[in-house]
Amino acid sequence: MSVLVYVEQAEGKFKKSVFEAVSYAKAIADQQSTHLTAISIGDVAESELKELGKYGASKVLNVNADQLKTFVNQAYASVIAAAAEKESADIIVLSNSFSGKGLAPRIAVKLKAGLADGAVELPSTDGKFSVKKTAFSGKAFAITELTSANKVIALNPNAFGVKENATDAAIEAFSADIKQSDLATVIKEIVRATDKVSLPDAELVVSAGRGLKGPENWGMIEELAGLLGAATACSKPVSDADWRPHSEHVGQTGIAISPNLYIAIGISGAIQHLAGVSSSKVIVVINKDPEAPFFKVADYGIVGDAFEVVPKLIEALKAHKG
Amino acid sequence: MKILVCISNVPDTTTKITFTNDNTEFNTAGVQYIVNPYDEIALSRAIELTEGGKGTVTAINVGEAANDPTIRKALAIGADDAVRVNAAPRDAYFVAKQIAEYAKDKDFDLILTGRESIDYNGNQVAAMVGEFLDIPSISIIKKLTLDGDTATIEREIEGGKEVLTVSGKFIASCAEGVAEPKIPTMRGIMSARTKPLTVVDAVATEEVAKVTRYETPAPRGTVKLIPADQTESLISLLHSEAKVI
Ligand SMILES: Cc1cc2nc3c(=O)[nH]c(=O)nc-3n(C[C@H](O)[C@H](O)[C@H](O)COP(=O)(O)OP(=O)(O)OC[C@H]3O[C@@H](n4cnc5c(N)ncnc54)[C@H](O)[C@@H]3O)c2cc1C
Repeated sequence: MSVLVYVEQAEGKFKKSVFEAVSYAKAIADQQSTHLTAISIGDVAESELKELGKYGASKVLNVNADQLKTFVNQAYASVIAAAAEKESADIIVLSNSFSGKGLAPRIAVKLKAGLADGAVELPSTDGKFSVKKTAFSGKAFAITELTSANKVIALNPNAFGVKENATDAAIEAFSADIKQSDLATVIKEIVRATDKVSLPDAELVVSAGRGLKGPENWGMIEELAGLLGAATACSKPVSDADWRPHSEHVGQTGIAISPNLYIAIGISGAIQHLAGVSSSKVIVVINKDPEAPFFKVADYGIVGDAFEVVPKLIEALKAHKG
Repeated sequence: MKILVCISNVPDTTTKITFTNDNTEFNTAGVQYIVNPYDEIALSRAIELTEGGKGTVTAINVGEAANDPTIRKALAIGADDAVRVNAAPRDAYFVAKQIAEYAKDKDFDLILTGRESIDYNGNQVAAMVGEFLDIPSISIIKKLTLDGDTATIEREIEGGKEVLTVSGKFIASCAEGVAEPKIPTMRGIMSARTKPLTVVDAVATEEVAKVTRYETPAPRGTVKLIPADQTESLISLLHSEAKVI
């Protein structure tokens, strides 16, 4: 029995959400009085792999094969399942990221395991292995009992936090057989907006809605986000109108997020929008309509015209940063 | 070409979510059910790809007879026929197993689902079906074009996108952007009544997970309003009180 965490890399680096998943997996390993192994796939420097020790991984399996340089769902799932078998790991933890969402279900089927995706807390310790996960797009939580011998958990970003747990990680090369049929998808191009904070795991998010009138007015939203080091988001009608890309659309039919701070500017706060953002820790609303439903779930609010308030907020933030 | 589209029956997006029986059951009283919005996108793309006699679209749902109106809606949108696997959908693993069992000997060229259902937000079914059938699965796609046997797909990744190709059979879960959801026409609604809806039995599947209880998020406190000309106090509250900046 042990815990295995899959650590996804992007261009040879681990992101905060990976250290969060390792921290979470370590806490589960402690709960179960066992140890934590991490598995990394792709070209990652030893010094970067060693970083995983800081958060509690005592062993790191390093898979570095030419065929696995870029993410191939099927093949990665096979490698992770093989690593779980090698390590006798019965609990497998991943980030509930875009690739995690594609991998976790395949691993679950391979290992005949129950899967709790969108986990927001550590499993219960009351004899049953239950995980609290988001449901109904953040309008509720479902306490899901994993009844199978093997278990897979995909952790939501920002749900657990990063916790240091200094361990010396032993790096070990690992290889698993890969079937040719597992390599059917071929990546042609990866486009990363490197200067932008990625929305799903952003800690701070500045979001705007139809109240901004048109795409030409997003300059001030981007400036505010830039000053804060925040990601930008938008409401559905804004992405429907192509003012902003679909990847920024948050809500019930967009991305569900739970940043530490969500600033909503010129967004009414319709139930479908709230569904995807209401688990944000702190919500700030700027809207000229004092009756806007968003004020009912906000922690801080400014009733005012965004075109006057946001530039002033930018000035105040600049002054604050000195 | 033959396309299979998985349809989930979910509470309408405006539903206020409540629970009964000591928070162990979802309260269905007064709830309107709809085709899962992402599945509508998948279905719409499937219809586009087969338009003009280029193929057929089958909608599949795992559920009891109460789901039939939702399945008829999928037929009204433009699916050619539909299948219902007659069982209460226990969890994603169960649903995926049923879909895979149905699909395994039917020779579908392509299977599409929505990126997730808006009730359990699983993102699970597509990749699980892919694993059960041992075919590629591509999750959260934004664009899908076909050129003969090869599909070109754009999918979302953190902070960007990925363009990939895949040849042969595969399953993909669709997000916004893949297609504009189609609205049923009067003719579609009329013809949906007579399109075939086959009911098949479920196969036995091991239980791996079950929801035992629900919780609703703690209500938030009341909003602290700051005058519009005092943006600097908002900044200082976010810094020293909320400690988020
Ligand atoms: C099936 C379905 C799914 C949906 N899913 C989602 C989803 O995932 N995400 C989502 O966001 N929506 C979703 N919606 C749409 C949702 O119901 C709302 O229509 C949408 O959230 C409204 O966006 P908005 O607040 O930007 O625009 P509006 O409703 O037009 O509101 C604009 C707001 O801006 C304010 N405003 C205007 N001018 C100014 C100004 N100068 N300064 C300050 N404030 C100003 C107004 O007072 C108003 O409150 C969904 C709807 C359906 C039917």
